[in-house]
Amino acid sequence: MTTKQSDQTLIRVEDLQMHFKKGQIKALDGVSLEIQKGEVLVIIGPSGSGKSTLLRCLNRLEVPTGGHIYVDNVDITNPKVEIHAYRQKRGMVFQHFHLFPNMTVLRNMTLAPMKLLKKSKQEAEEQALKLLDRVGLKNRADAYPSQLSGGQKQRIAIVRALCMNPEIMLFDEPTSALDPEMVGEVLEVMRELAKEGMTMAVVTHEMGFAREVGSRIIFMSEGKIVEEAPPKVFFENPRSDRAKEFLSKVL
Amino acid sequence: MILLVSDTMEAWLNSAPDWMLNLPQWAYDICYDFFKSFIFDQRYLNILTGLQNTLLLTFFALLVGLALGIIVSLVRVSWDKETKNRPWGIGKFFMGLANAVCKVYLTVIRGTPVVVQIMIIFFVIMANSNNKMLAGVLAFGINSGAYVAEIIRGGIMSIEEGQFEAGRSLGFGYVSTMVHIILPQAFKAVLPTLVNEFIVLLKETAVAGYVGLIDLTRAGNIIRGVSYVDFMPLLGVAVIYLVMVMFFTWLMGRLERRLRNSDH
Ligand SMILES: Nc1ncnc2c1ncn2[C@@H]1O[C@H](COP(=O)(O)OP(=O)(O)OP(=O)(O)O)[C@@H](O)[C@H]1O
Ligand SMILES: [Mg+2]
Repeated sequence: MTTKQSDQTLIRVEDLQMHFKKGQIKALDGVSLEIQKGEVLVIIGPSGSGKSTLLRCLNRLEVPTGGHIYVDNVDITNPKVEIHAYRQKRGMVFQHFHLFPNMTVLRNMTLAPMKLLKKSKQEAEEQALKLLDRVGLKNRADAYPSQLSGGQKQRIAIVRALCMNPEIMLFDEPTSALDPEMVGEVLEVMRELAKEGMTMAVVTHEMGFAREVGSRIIFMSEGKIVEEAPPKVFFENPRSDRAKEFLSKVL
Repeated sequence: MILLVSDTMEAWLNSAPDWMLNLPQWAYDICYDFFKSFIFDQRYLNILTGLQNTLLLTFFALLVGLALGIIVSLVRVSWDKETKNRPWGIGKFFMGLANAVCKVYLTVIRGTPVVVQIMIIFFVIMANSNNKMLAGVLAFGINSGAYVAEIIRGGIMSIEEGQFEAGRSLGFGYVSTMVHIILPQAFKAVLPTLVNEFIVLLKETAVAGYVGLIDLTRAGNIIRGVSYVDFMPLLGVAVIYLVMVMFFTWLMGRLERRLRNSDH
């Protein structure tokens, strides 16, 4: 099925299902949504509601058990689709950074551009240093991940993903593993990215960030999208009881 | 012959230095045994040949073992981590077959004594050949490969899943994630264990004598037979093994310390 999608739609998700243990656990239970170019989609919801699963499906790190994900009118849930090319265009940032511990910061950032985009070492390093400069970590280019703080690691993880020139960035709780005093520096980088027009899908518990930076909020519960609204509407006037209950707990 | 031997022995004893003749009886006996075991009739040459064969055997068996171990571990890991979850096709069929073969190999080789394996290879499989060194290299290589495979597989499995996901989410395929991201970390993690496997292998080749290959142990045993001295040749052999093992253990310690210091 290839219905036409508008030029502004990057990803279209249709009735996505993700069942574990032969359907006993429905991590995703019929999720449909569109992600438009340049928007910051913030996904929130209680623990276990399927936020990570949804994000991981967008990159096919998890293969959904049902439904479709269309990118450029191609259904990337089809196992015959070569997913690598699509993944190159999606930056992904994890809760636990996952920097390569045996490589310097610079090498972490130049590996994929050199091996996958066939950039020269010089070209890749130039770009990496520029990005490092932007997040204020140019002087740590030769450091190893073990020598960095959590906030620094996460900033490196973000620019490592940016080195591939992605058209969308996926964040899965990027600040949840950080000490409180380091949350701000990472959110600042993300805020800058949003301002520059980067398309982003962000799973987060940082409600301040969601309200300020998000262009749209998706509230999930038990594998379903329960509510979808602009931040102002969602935070000031949640419709569903579950969203109200959730907000009363986290705000 | 005996006469000749004792003649020469006596000749040597006559010309033995004074300090030796003046030793207490037990010390004199030791010197006498030592001479009889290693010096007389250039018997140390046996030891040298044996040592050379042991080292050659260990070295080439190690190469075969490493090559086999790497291949088998990659097949096993690739199946468990990747191919198993793919849709059925010709590729998956052959990987499944290779994986099954590897599993049988690991079970059989680790489940039977290496002495039996080397005898089967030399007397049965290579019945038409008399190349003992080749039989030894194959037997110990194939044997060691099974252990190396499990060591490397353990190393790969010890790398956290997040490293695979980070690689894949950057756009690396399964193979290039392995090559560029996982294997360098895994090898670093298992290097000390691999050196240890090498030490084990060095000692295990001592049973190569079962197919008539003159390794260090066999050389000592031959000297024991011709010199009628039991303890000294075996002691000499043991000391040589011990020195080699201590050397490699020391090397492993240094390696481990360096890896730990550069812990990134
Ligand atoms: N590989 C898996 N096997 C079995 N169940 C799984 C698996 N992955 C996720 N689940 C289940 O799917 C549900 C959704 O998980 P998911 O990680 O997407 O939630 P989440 O919204 O990200 O929660 P959190 O806020 O805690 O990160 C949970 O009930 C979880 O236990
Ligand atoms: Mg999660």
